Amino acid sequence: MPLDLICPAGSLVSLKAAIDHGADAVYMGFRDNTNARAFPGLNFDEAQAAEGLRYAHDRGRRVLLALNTYPQSDTWSRWTGAVDRAAKLGMDAVILADAGLMRYAVKNHPQLRLHLSVQGSATSYEAVNFYREHFGIQRAVLPRVLSLPQVENVVKHTDVEIELFGFGGLCVMVEGRCLLSSYCTGESPNSAGVCSPPKAVQWTDTPTGLESRLNGVLLDRYGKDEKAGYPTLCKGRFEVGGETYYAIEEPTSLNTLDLLPEMLKIGIAAIKIEGRQRSPAYVTQVTKVWRAAIDAVKKDADAFKPAPAWQAELNKLSEGQSHTLGAYHRPWK
Amino acid sequence: MLNLAFPASLAKLVSRLPVAPPSRVFSTLANRLLWPALKTLDWQPLVGRRYAIRVKDLGLSLRFTVTQRGFAPDSGAPDLTISATSRDFLLLLSRREDPDSLFFSRRLVSEGDTELGLTVKNLLDALDPGLVMRRLPAPLARAAQRLMGT
Repeated sequence: MPLDLICPAGSLVSLKAAIDHGADAVYMGFRDNTNARAFPGLNFDEAQAAEGLRYAHDRGRRVLLALNTYPQSDTWSRWTGAVDRAAKLGMDAVILADAGLMRYAVKNHPQLRLHLSVQGSATSYEAVNFYREHFGIQRAVLPRVLSLPQVENVVKHTDVEIELFGFGGLCVMVEGRCLLSSYCTGESPNSAGVCSPPKAVQWTDTPTGLESRLNGVLLDRYGKDEKAGYPTLCKGRFEVGGETYYAIEEPTSLNTLDLLPEMLKIGIAAIKIEGRQRSPAYVTQVTKVWRAAIDAVKKDADAFKPAPAWQAELNKLSEGQSHTLGAYHRPWK
Repeated sequence: MLNLAFPASLAKLVSRLPVAPPSRVFSTLANRLLWPALKTLDWQPLVGRRYAIRVKDLGLSLRFTVTQRGFAPDSGAPDLTISATSRDFLLLLSRREDPDSLFFSRRLVSEGDTELGLTVKNLLDALDPGLVMRRLPAPLARAAQRLMGT
């Protein structure tokens, strides 16, 4: 089916909330740094993953496992162990970024469906087709750097299903290649599974504002009524050339409701909602809105117009001051 | 919209109380009413750390630690302080609001050990509301259900 709704699950409660409110599939991670949301107390142990799979399958939905960080040679077996567990549990697909891990999965679990993670950073159909030819991937999640005409060009030249991010936090979007936070923490998000390890983050309410620090480096100071963002280096305000501003990127959230008719027309297989680190309340609210929107666009794409109530609900949940269509929409092109 | 506001006169009265008695009352009540529903969680990462919950509109500060057997009042310097209004705490507890959203909009402030804060958040997020309801004393479960609109 086109435009499958793929929702985030950081816990069983979130998984059930997503399924109950209309997700076609959920994606989850195990409780370690084999996935890019390696936060304490988040994610699934084997028993919880099995229960989640049962819950989803009983209702005809699917569960995808994110194994989207890059294994290091001394911890290789943790990642291959996770692939083995995914196969044993009966995951509907694993979302992989590392080519070595794909090779391992194909050799040892040929029946396991493979998705190329956004962390794999494949932005051209040549790259996507390379993964298809060598590892038989069934789907690719495209990095959030392409415009919709560029996405369309990829779709036209590959058999691989294409999944796009539809909603949620944005970053500088050099997915799988961003080492920015390691300048502060010594840990790369691509192997440690998190941009700002919580142990290195400090929030302090001061008379001049709320300050966030990463390993002692001041990232931002939010004035009294300013919306705060996640404490990542890319979203900090820095003094550059005598001016203090978002020198790398302003905290914003992606919201592509407006683009749904075009995405349907292009033949996008699935829309992914960001936010495995968020609570069940977020999952419930976002899933409801996106289910309604996708149903509406499928019913009548020409008449589709996002309801103001949907946008208001999504605005409430976002990081930063505003929403953006991201790179998908480039009016100057 | 639920009216979750606290009468101002009552808030003023509460804010004049010393910290120790409310913390003691909180621990005693929480142990009696909530602990049976919560004790199956993995509390290990939270045991022995000190917590402060600041209810801003009530001027109330609840200080406690977590032991293997439940909550205990503790007046030492907190490792983690969480501040919000009584209304926002209720919205969070009833899962009507998402903690990150409240944090972005500055209605929820978390200070101290960020890793501990996230651990607490994720532990509470993973709580199955149905399971908790069944283990809560009946009047409390009814009140919670009303709050959650279920």
